[in-house]
Amino acid sequence: MAKFIGRRLLYLLPVLLAVTLLTFLIASLLPGDLAITLLGDQATPEKVEALRAQMGLDLPIWQRYLLWLWDVLHGDLGRSFRTGETVLAAVADRLPVSLELMVMAEVTALLIAIPLAILCAVKSGSATDRFLTGLAFGKLSLPPFMVAILLIYLFAVSLNLLPATGWIPFAEDPIANLRSFVLPALTLAIAEWPVLMRVLRSDMIATLQEDYIAMAKAKGLRPARILLVHALKPSSLTLVTVTGINIGRLIGGALIVEVIFALPGIGRLLVGAIYARDFIILQGAVLFVAVGFVMVNFVVDMLYAVLDPRIRHGRA
Amino acid sequence: MDTALLSVEAVSVVLPTPRGPLKAVDAVDLSLAPGRTLGVVGESGCGKTMLSRAILQLLPKRAKLDGRVMFNGRDLAALQPEALRRLRGPELAVVFQDPMTSLNPVLTIGTQLVETMQAHLGLDSAAAAKRGAELLAEVGIPAPEQRLRQYPHQLSGGMRQRVAIAIALSCEPKLLIADEPTTALDVTVQAQILDLLAREQRRRHMAMIIITHDLGVVAGRTDEVAVMYAGRVVERAPTPQLFAHMRMPYTEALLAAIPKLDAPPHTTLPAIAGRPPDPTRPLPGCSFAPRCRYADDRCQGAKPPLADPERAGALYACWHPL
Amino acid sequence: MAVREVAALDVGVDTSAVTPVRRQRRLGGLFVASVIWIALVGLGAIFAGLLPIPSPTEMDMLGKRALPSAEHWLGNDVLGRDVFSRLIYGGRISLTVGLLAPVIGVTVGGALGMLAGYFRGRFETIVTGGVDVLLAFPPLVFALAVTAYLGQSILNITLVIGILGIPAFTRVARAVTLSLSEREFVTAARALGATHSRILLRELLPNVALPLVAFFLLGVAVTIVVEGALSFLGLGVPPPAPSWGSMIGEGRESLDIAPWLAFLPAIFMFLTVLAFNVIGDTLRALTDPRPGAL
Repeated sequence: MAKFIGRRLLYLLPVLLAVTLLTFLIASLLPGDLAITLLGDQATPEKVEALRAQMGLDLPIWQRYLLWLWDVLHGDLGRSFRTGETVLAAVADRLPVSLELMVMAEVTALLIAIPLAILCAVKSGSATDRFLTGLAFGKLSLPPFMVAILLIYLFAVSLNLLPATGWIPFAEDPIANLRSFVLPALTLAIAEWPVLMRVLRSDMIATLQEDYIAMAKAKGLRPARILLVHALKPSSLTLVTVTGINIGRLIGGALIVEVIFALPGIGRLLVGAIYARDFIILQGAVLFVAVGFVMVNFVVDMLYAVLDPRIRHGRA
Repeated sequence: MDTALLSVEAVSVVLPTPRGPLKAVDAVDLSLAPGRTLGVVGESGCGKTMLSRAILQLLPKRAKLDGRVMFNGRDLAALQPEALRRLRGPELAVVFQDPMTSLNPVLTIGTQLVETMQAHLGLDSAAAAKRGAELLAEVGIPAPEQRLRQYPHQLSGGMRQRVAIAIALSCEPKLLIADEPTTALDVTVQAQILDLLAREQRRRHMAMIIITHDLGVVAGRTDEVAVMYAGRVVERAPTPQLFAHMRMPYTEALLAAIPKLDAPPHTTLPAIAGRPPDPTRPLPGCSFAPRCRYADDRCQGAKPPLADPERAGALYACWHPL
Repeated sequence: MAVREVAALDVGVDTSAVTPVRRQRRLGGLFVASVIWIALVGLGAIFAGLLPIPSPTEMDMLGKRALPSAEHWLGNDVLGRDVFSRLIYGGRISLTVGLLAPVIGVTVGGALGMLAGYFRGRFETIVTGGVDVLLAFPPLVFALAVTAYLGQSILNITLVIGILGIPAFTRVARAVTLSLSEREFVTAARALGATHSRILLRELLPNVALPLVAFFLLGVAVTIVVEGALSFLGLGVPPPAPSWGSMIGEGRESLDIAPWLAFLPAIFMFLTVLAFNVIGDTLRALTDPRPGAL
């Protein structure tokens, strides 16, 4: 197990380095001068020159990257030119909201997907199975922002059951806080479940053909135990991977959903930074999200080993 | 016959395939008294595994079963799922061919052994674990307590099959079906596993069906042998009688196909010429006729019934018995 | 030993062939409908200027959110612009970006993947490593960041989404090439002394092409969605050019009084994306022998 983690860690480092480089490069390849962009067209050349020197923009690009990376490694991602807030503080402030949203969404998606996948696998080929797989396929073509519009129209505009926008801190009013998350989380969950269901369904159908399932039946185990212990666990490897890979999509989806439902998360911070041309915040937020994404995939790899003892014992 | 533990009555299994319906098992009758052993022998594709699955009610979803599988006076084929579930384990158990695939790779040996006893014997987990270790010791696994915590891939093939046997024996079944229990194992451990099965069968007075392609496996270990070909039983007799006097040319060919250890090196391995008939295209006559050196027009035209014309207790389906 | 040739389970248990047949027939009708829908949207997009429809950008201040009429078939939007006309012109942007961006992915990614799968070695390591890095970025975040820096234009959006698609195409091309490289016809070509470029272009490319085309169509669907999302956020194609995404975004403001302003473009986009998914999935199913594979 330790060897396995070590091997993955060795792989993690170059990827993280490349991610920081790419984030830096995107921001540095700005057309035009960042100093001018920040100061406006009317700025005097002296002022521009001063700011360039202050920001180290007159240095060669590789030096700037190393300096920036040095700062990043020391937890200094810079400071917004507009609000003076540090990137780290801004991210830390928004992170809980995004996490709450994503966790709620993923849990809801799994709660929808797992029972449906089991149902489809057990009754594979039946009308129920064909209907649900058809539905899942159709849903793949319905992106989160369309689902959001539909849900807002149904639950906020027509039925007036749930708030369409706004967010209340959990500490202030837990119920109102959760209510404000229902539609956003549901939006993301509706976007996610078809992928999860399709993956689990096809794995589960394959697993149900296995000898050890026939064996479990021959042992006279209860159907629930056969499905949930003997079939679900070995079938969930791909599900875990896809859940991990999907976190990338989830981050993208969360970004839009946060903007639509006015939730103060990382996504809204990012989009807000774009609207406000606040490039330091933008760069910091992108780096944070990308690094977080890489780390999540790393953890997913580890989970793999927990789920499949064969990998844990070095037979991967 | 009325004391039979298991009686298979006119059982047929039809599988739908892209090429049309496939009659994997064709009107098979068998019976087995408590504590007795039966060998079912035939080459792969003869329907012996489907027959065992039919008895166990573990047929693929789309397979269609006809006939009755009477077990202790109850028709398994007509039983409700819950009633059937209660029978499996304490009454009816199975050891599958390949212990690589019949044990769940992600659950420990202990879990897989203990869950059966918990489901049927109402043991608490401590008692079940203790019993599990005892069972592993009984089937010849050293250091059983440690094995309980291991996963199947950490054990050798022979050890795994011993685990599978321990699981099958854990609820003291009245009937054990061993479906090619040694085919997937190294030759060196095959005899050990067969002897283990025979020993436990005698010790527990359970009935046992051994399914195999190898007549040598059933020779000293069964009371009766049924030979299957193309979905039908073509010869059935008490084991000593069968080996003393084979009536069906197919059985003879099957025996000849066992490689002899004392044969000189580089001897061509004997094999039955030709292939079994396409099961989706049934023949009008004897299914073995195309490969049989004694076959004539009668064999091509009419199917011989499984009968005992000599009233010697040995049944066979052949127009030209040896 | 003939008898010892043991099959795992005597008589093939594989009876899974029953359902897929049915499924394919059902997809057949859907496939035709999808092709027709894309043809309609495509023709509309190409000949939009010739159609007898009002301008998509001309505002009728008196006819804001007007209901459908003989003049405005699907009514007007918040600014009094003709909805039907905007839908047709919006298809132009969706299809332009949707078809062009995956071309970048399919050419660059396809070439990289084929070379990596064929030559293996260090080149393959570098390519797969690069792919992993590119995949480490959540695509929408990446697209947003780049358009924010480089400015909003159809060209930039196409480029960004296209580059983001490279890793996926690389993976597909590499996997297919890997499995083909070991096959007899490649070995035979090699034994006959064929050059690398000849093997790659004559032997491998025709076989890699079909899976890539299927993947290309799925890529079109994804691209249309991403472009829609960017435009929905107001960070895609700059206004006043009509785009389905921005129409949905603008329609959101009047969900309570004129919900159709959001739903009409949403339906158009959904049907188009669905159509590409159906066609792509059907083609993929043809190239992938595993039934029920994702």
